[in-house]
Formats: sequence, C-alpha cells, structure tokens
Amino acid sequence: MVHAWLNVEKNPTQTLQDFLRSLMEKGVVEAILAPAPTAGGESITPTLFTSPDRLSQAEPFAPLMPVSEATVVSMLTRTGNRIKLGAVMRNCQIRALVELVKFKQAQLDNLIIIGIDCPGTYELKDYSELVRKGVEPATQMLESLARGELPLNQTLREACRMCIYPIPDPSIAAITIGLMGFDGNRLPILVQDELAEKIGLTSDSPSTHREETIRSLLENRKAERKRQIDRFAKEGTGVEGLLRWFSRCIRCHNCMGICPICYCRECVFRTPVFEHESDRFFDWAQKKGAIQMPPEYLLFHLTRMNHMVTSCVGCGLCSSACPADIDVALAFQSVGEEVQALFNYVPGRSLEEPAPVQTFQEREFVELGETLK
Amino acid sequence: MPEELKMGEFEPKIIAFVCNWCTYAGADLAGTSRIQYPPNVRIVRLMCSGGIDPIYVLKAFLQGADGVLIGGCHPGDCHYQNGNYKARRRVAILKKTLERLGLDPDRVWLRWISASEGQLFADTVTEFVSFLKEKGPNPFKTLQAM
Repeated sequence: MVHAWLNVEKNPTQTLQDFLRSLMEKGVVEAILAPAPTAGGESITPTLFTSPDRLSQAEPFAPLMPVSEATVVSMLTRTGNRIKLGAVMRNCQIRALVELVKFKQAQLDNLIIIGIDCPGTYELKDYSELVRKGVEPATQMLESLARGELPLNQTLREACRMCIYPIPDPSIAAITIGLMGFDGNRLPILVQDELAEKIGLTSDSPSTHREETIRSLLENRKAERKRQIDRFAKEGTGVEGLLRWFSRCIRCHNCMGICPICYCRECVFRTPVFEHESDRFFDWAQKKGAIQMPPEYLLFHLTRMNHMVTSCVGCGLCSSACPADIDVALAFQSVGEEVQALFNYVPGRSLEEPAPVQTFQEREFVELGETLK
Repeated sequence: MPEELKMGEFEPKIIAFVCNWCTYAGADLAGTSRIQYPPNVRIVRLMCSGGIDPIYVLKAFLQGADGVLIGGCHPGDCHYQNGNYKARRRVAILKKTLERLGLDPDRVWLRWISASEGQLFADTVTEFVSFLKEKGPNPFKTLQAM
C-alpha cells in the first residue's frame, strides 16, 4: 500500500477532478463513474464519463446519494464490461457492491474502485433546499472538515449519523481518497502497490491526523447507533409496536426498488401471487368483520427483511425513498445487526466470505431440528 | 369472533410445511398405523424442507396461525443432498428476526422426522399443541387492525 498526498491548489473537488482526469490520460482507466449534478444542480446522480474534459462536472464530494452507485456498477458489469472503469464510491456503495458480486450481480474485472472517506450525506430535500438558497453543500461540508469539525451535523441522514463504516477498506478499493482530517491544503491518498507505479505516485508519510479523526468520529457514530437502535427496540417491537412502525406504509415498494441488495429480477411481491378471486377477500373480511385492503403490508416488510437482512449494509436509502417517512432502515439495521452476528458476518467486509444465505455448515444450529426431551 | 374464542377451550391451529420424502410420509404412516394425535394441524406438502421460503411462515402467522411446524429429513438424509441444511439456516434467520422484532420465535418449530417415524410425528404434534395451549393464541389473530 502506498501512502501519498494530493496537493489542493484551489479546492478539493478540483484536485480530485484533476486526479481522475490524470487516471484517464495515463490510460489507467478508460472511463470514470462519479457523482455529478443533474440539470439545474438540485440533485446529484452517478454519471458515466468517457471524455476526460467532461470530468470538470464531477462532484464526488457532494453530500448526496439519491441512489446507490452499487446499483449502477451492477448495471455496467453484470454481464461483463470490456471498458476499464474507475468508479468513485462511498463505502456503503462499495460494501453493497461486494455483496452484489457474491450474488453474481456485478463483476470486478476491469473495475478500479476509487473509494472516498464519507462524511455522510443529506436527504435530497435538504440538499436541494440548500442549492436553491445558493449554498454549495459540497463546499460547505469541505470547509467544515478543514476547520477540524467532525461530520456529525444534524442535517445528515439518520443512516449516515449512525454509520460505523464510513472509511473504504484499502484491500477492496484500489485507491482511497482521504477526507477525514483534511487540513485544507492536501488530501491523503492510499493506492495499491502495482497501481501506484502506473500512476507515478511516490510514497510519503501516512496521515496520522486522519487516523485520529476517524477514531473520534467512530466513537460518536457508535454512540448514535446505539441510541437509534435502542429507540427502535422501545418503539418498534412487539406486535403493536411493529404494526405502528410500518403503519403508514402505502405499499409503493420504493424501499425495495431503491435497495442495492434487493436484486431479484422478479420479486414475489410484483407477481400475481397476491391477486385473488374476489370471493377470497370477502371470506377473509367475514372471518374478522373487517380487513384492510389491500391486505398485506407487514408481510411485505417482514419477508423482504428475511430475504436480504443478512446482507443489509445500512445505506439507509429505503428510509430516504419512503414517501411516508417510515424509518425502514432502522428496523432493518436493528434486526440485521443481530442476524449477521449469528454468522459472524459483516456485509461487504470481504469478497472471500460467502453471504450467509448462500452457504451452510453441517454442524450448526443443531438444537433447531431436535425434538425437545 | 374466531371460533376458538367462542367455544371455551382454546384449540391452536398449526400449519405444517413438510417434506414429501420424510415428514409427509411419516404423517402418512402415523395415519395408516392408526396412531392418535390432535387434529389441530393443517399439512402443506413440499418437495423439500429447503423449498420453504420465510414468506410462507410469515403469512401463516400474520393470518393468525398459532404455530408453524417445519418437517424435514434428518441431517445427512436429504433427498436432494442438502436442502434440510439450507432450511435450518433459514429458520435460524427467521427465528432471530422474530425475536429481535419482539414477536414469538417459539411458535416456529423445525423438526427432523423421517418416513419411518410415524410415532415421532404424532408425538411432535401432540407436544406442539399442548405447548401452544399453554402459550395462548397468536396475538395477530385477534387484532382489529389486521
């Protein structure tokens, strides 16, 4: 691993744009996938750049993630990509991508992951409101980091405030751009050995300030995570709590559509399985005196949870995409943490470990099938 | 009102998802051997316990089943090599999920019952019924909102 620095002349965004451009010009990659503003600038979306000149539009530090780039990388690599691609990603996106690779929904051939330290992202409505007020959210965030402030801002999405994996793993991301401990003058960068040679980076001392900042950030994040998970345990569990937690569900299935892990091409909830003859509905209603129509909302959430919670990376997009403001992500994180612990599994941690639902051991959970004596 | 609540003693309703090659044949053997067991169980036959999706179990609970029994082949005996191991992992995930959500994981039973174990099938159902009678009805059954 080579530690080096990128000097910031004007601002970090431009430094990163120049670095990405140099990757293309040196032939390290032929294309770059990076976040860039949509027309009007009120949102940010993953953008596929094939011309180095266009990279001045990239805004990888903009604190917004309306979709997971993992979904886009899956789109670009699932059936194999022949173009050498560099993808600028936040760690929850990288972790989701690792899970998608395990499920054969993405491939890492010809892909260079360029991870960036993630200070967190805003809800789309908060971000666009700032833009309309004339504020540049990326600049604002970078300035506050340069002042030595920890990114704990209340405008961050809840999933970001409780995220304990904001830093890319340098064994998975070939290049990591450090933002934590940014001093306003230079950005620390970590590059895997063979690539460093190609880019022409010389080894320098690592950033100790970055390590310290990460440590105190994680302490804060862990405490917030515990607070939120305790809140769910208090408010969202038990029959009544759970029904109330999801009671505003309008069955739009946005949480499923936006989820980077929910990859099934034909989800059972989008098949005719729940279309019934009229008489069946009347029968069910008659049994209870009244039933809500359409009848399933908890079944959808609980089934989806059982299907994918072992691989849930906690990106929080399900909550952000919910038009009824249901905190779907907190329920999934609360359950995920314990279910994943059963298998000592951390989604996105390693490409070597199979996902829990992909494998089994002959000697495990033996008490489950045994008759009680 | 659900019929169980009208008639005095609570009779639990159990939905059993059983493997075609073992537990289903075991239940059949219990019948042909005239072994008595409570009539509280509704059997759904699957080709393998590994074919059980958590949605079946969850649907049964949300519709008011008091217990769900999953019957598969003993470890090492799966007709399809390893479907029962996959089922066991899914049940482990499901039970942990239910526990974390403050629902009752003990209403799901996974049992290995072979084609020759008619008596074990009858005993398991008997035991499950008395366990559920003690536990009481599934709270989802009586909810107005659902």
